[in-house]
Amino acid sequence: MKRNIFGSFAFIFVVFSTNLYAEGELTIVSWGGSYAKASIDGIFKPFEEETGIKVNVEDYNGGLAQIRAQVDTGNVHWDVVDVESQDDLIGCDEGLLEFLDDLELPDAPDGTPAEEDFFEDANSDCGLGNIVWATVIAYNSTAFESDPPSTMSDFFDLEKYPGKRGMRRTPEVNLEFALMADGVPPADVYDLLSTDEGIDRAFKKLDTIKDSILFWQAGAQPPQLLADKEVAMTTAYNGRIFNAINLEKQPFVIVWDAHVRDFGQWVIVAGAPNLENAKKFLQYAARSSSMAEVSNRISYGPLRHSAWELVGKHVDTNIDMKPHMPTDPENSKNFLVNDAEWWAEHRDDLVFRFNAWLNR
Amino acid sequence: MAAKHGIKSRIRPISLALPLVAFIAITFLMPLGNMIKESVYDAEVADALPNTMRLLNNWDGVELPTEEVFRALAEEIVVLQENRTLGKIGLRVNRVVSGTRSVWGKTARRVKGIETDDMITTMVEIDDRWSDLMLWQGIKKAGQRYSAKNYLQAVDLTRGEDGSISRIDEGRRVYNTLYVRTLYVATVVTLLCLVIGYPIAYAIAHTPPTLSKILLLCVLVPFWTSLLARATSWIVLLQSQGVINDFLVWIRIIPDDGRLSLIYNMTGTLIAMTQNLLPFVVLPTYAVLSSIPPTYMRAAASLGANPVQAFLRVYWPQSLPGVASGCLLVFILSIGFFITPAIVGGTDGQLISNMIAYHIDTNHWGLAAAISVIVLLSVLILYVVFDRWVGVDKLKLS
Repeated sequence: MKRNIFGSFAFIFVVFSTNLYAEGELTIVSWGGSYAKASIDGIFKPFEEETGIKVNVEDYNGGLAQIRAQVDTGNVHWDVVDVESQDDLIGCDEGLLEFLDDLELPDAPDGTPAEEDFFEDANSDCGLGNIVWATVIAYNSTAFESDPPSTMSDFFDLEKYPGKRGMRRTPEVNLEFALMADGVPPADVYDLLSTDEGIDRAFKKLDTIKDSILFWQAGAQPPQLLADKEVAMTTAYNGRIFNAINLEKQPFVIVWDAHVRDFGQWVIVAGAPNLENAKKFLQYAARSSSMAEVSNRISYGPLRHSAWELVGKHVDTNIDMKPHMPTDPENSKNFLVNDAEWWAEHRDDLVFRFNAWLNR
Repeated sequence: MAAKHGIKSRIRPISLALPLVAFIAITFLMPLGNMIKESVYDAEVADALPNTMRLLNNWDGVELPTEEVFRALAEEIVVLQENRTLGKIGLRVNRVVSGTRSVWGKTARRVKGIETDDMITTMVEIDDRWSDLMLWQGIKKAGQRYSAKNYLQAVDLTRGEDGSISRIDEGRRVYNTLYVRTLYVATVVTLLCLVIGYPIAYAIAHTPPTLSKILLLCVLVPFWTSLLARATSWIVLLQSQGVINDFLVWIRIIPDDGRLSLIYNMTGTLIAMTQNLLPFVVLPTYAVLSSIPPTYMRAAASLGANPVQAFLRVYWPQSLPGVASGCLLVFILSIGFFITPAIVGGTDGQLISNMIAYHIDTNHWGLAAAISVIVLLSVLILYVVFDRWVGVDKLKLS
């Protein structure tokens, strides 16, 4: 009898462990909320169907802490992570990420080699570009009905536009916003921030709204803060606001002036348990069609020229997606490209100053 | 014979405690020792650049290092680049001299296999930051195995090139404010817990058993709920469009555009922490109060004391051991509080633990360890003071 029970357990175990996903598993970590949903529907599920590899999805809020903890303890259970560009550089330096030099990338549909087709600087030693996204200003239109805000300076103008401001709890982007609101042209922002005077100037500008700032950490928070009227205006990831406006019919408006644009990247965690599957996934995600599938679900642009051609209408609402992308000419009148290299070099010191400023 | 028997009888009870001793050694003393070591010892750069560091130790720091030093560094970084460990060194030095991270990879790539008599010129041509004394001083500093730099930084001090210690410039001071704030929050939370907790404990101790069981449950159920869940529920209650503000607006105590800021600031931290820590005062106090015989109060009354006098001179002194242990518990726990301020604290409600967590997240273990050691020492000092003042042996937990 005992043996029978043991036998049936073993049988069940064998059935479950082998048959369901013959090709194994893969754990992909994304940013939660509407962006993760777009990635799941646009890439992860089709990838599962095509390869038979089961994809487990986890959420995080950026940063390298969790990856580092896994690598340092030798207990890695994440395979692929969607990271910000400066985390890709620092993670690569720290040895937390796999190098991708031998990864072969698929050509464009018309045969253009991948190297020519990808945007410049989209890929790095450890990172494969996935989206171009922007941090923008968004406001709840019920808060400012006449003469609504339209520039970065308006975000810092508490007299004309009273109310709380949401900002991500990092020096990144906020210092750039402060300088641009203070009249610094985008091209001069990082040169100025490399000097003590420039940093002081940025913090002085932030001081003018400090008491009204409510800091957020996860990308899903700003739309929620706007909807709850906890803030009147907030910095936010443009795709999240797009989805809140168009899918949830929220009365939000995006101000594209002086937005900060950045590339997102796929990386593989060093010592990933499913390394081969992770590489297969990166090759799949690098296809022009995969990139377009994400861009047709949330307003983050693809990083290949050929994929841009494939961007069309939103899969559920039939909205034309291109006008909502950061790279659309209408939205690109005044913007700054995040300098990941610069941040990787200056982050330590600026975080220090940012913390000092926060606690002053 | 008797002595032998004595030793045996002493060893037996001690041996029963051995698992505990081992447990404490492994889970407490070892990590503690590790933490202290981490705060003063860092071999990353020293191990990676042994020759360069040996030569730099004799360098005066006034003029650019010699050809020999440049050559040693060039050789070592090429090897590190091949092992793919150069990046870590770049990050370490960048922490000392901001804005130097990219110089390493760039130089290693270009200097590889170069034949030159003048490595100084070659490297300066590759990147002119190599002619900057600051960078070399930074390498030397980052390459010290033992240093007090983390402790200096943890109290907002800095060491100049001449070895003199001075306060760090104003825009970078952060930790001293946080120690003071943490002590302030711990004190206020302890007082609030006492003021709210004592009457509750009194009520539980002196009501009929059925009612006191219900009251006790009211204290314990939140205590058994996850910290995270409680912190998040405070958001629902306290935010400006939250339950409490809505209610106050509805009964017209405050206007709709004058909603109170009860969360994401110091107020939020104090409210949520007090609620979280209340049971730690209520439970020990209740245990002591319930052991005070009611006859004492009656005796005081029959001797002519009014209720206030009876309370102050008979009841309160007897409850002190419970109150003191509860307050000590709350105070020490407050100093290490982390999740609650992180969620509801906004900017001015952050405590020193949030900074420790932050530095661990960003791989700055040395600094995190130094701050932790300082916090640990301050708690120990407070404990000693408390012991002198009240006497730890008088504490009662139940």
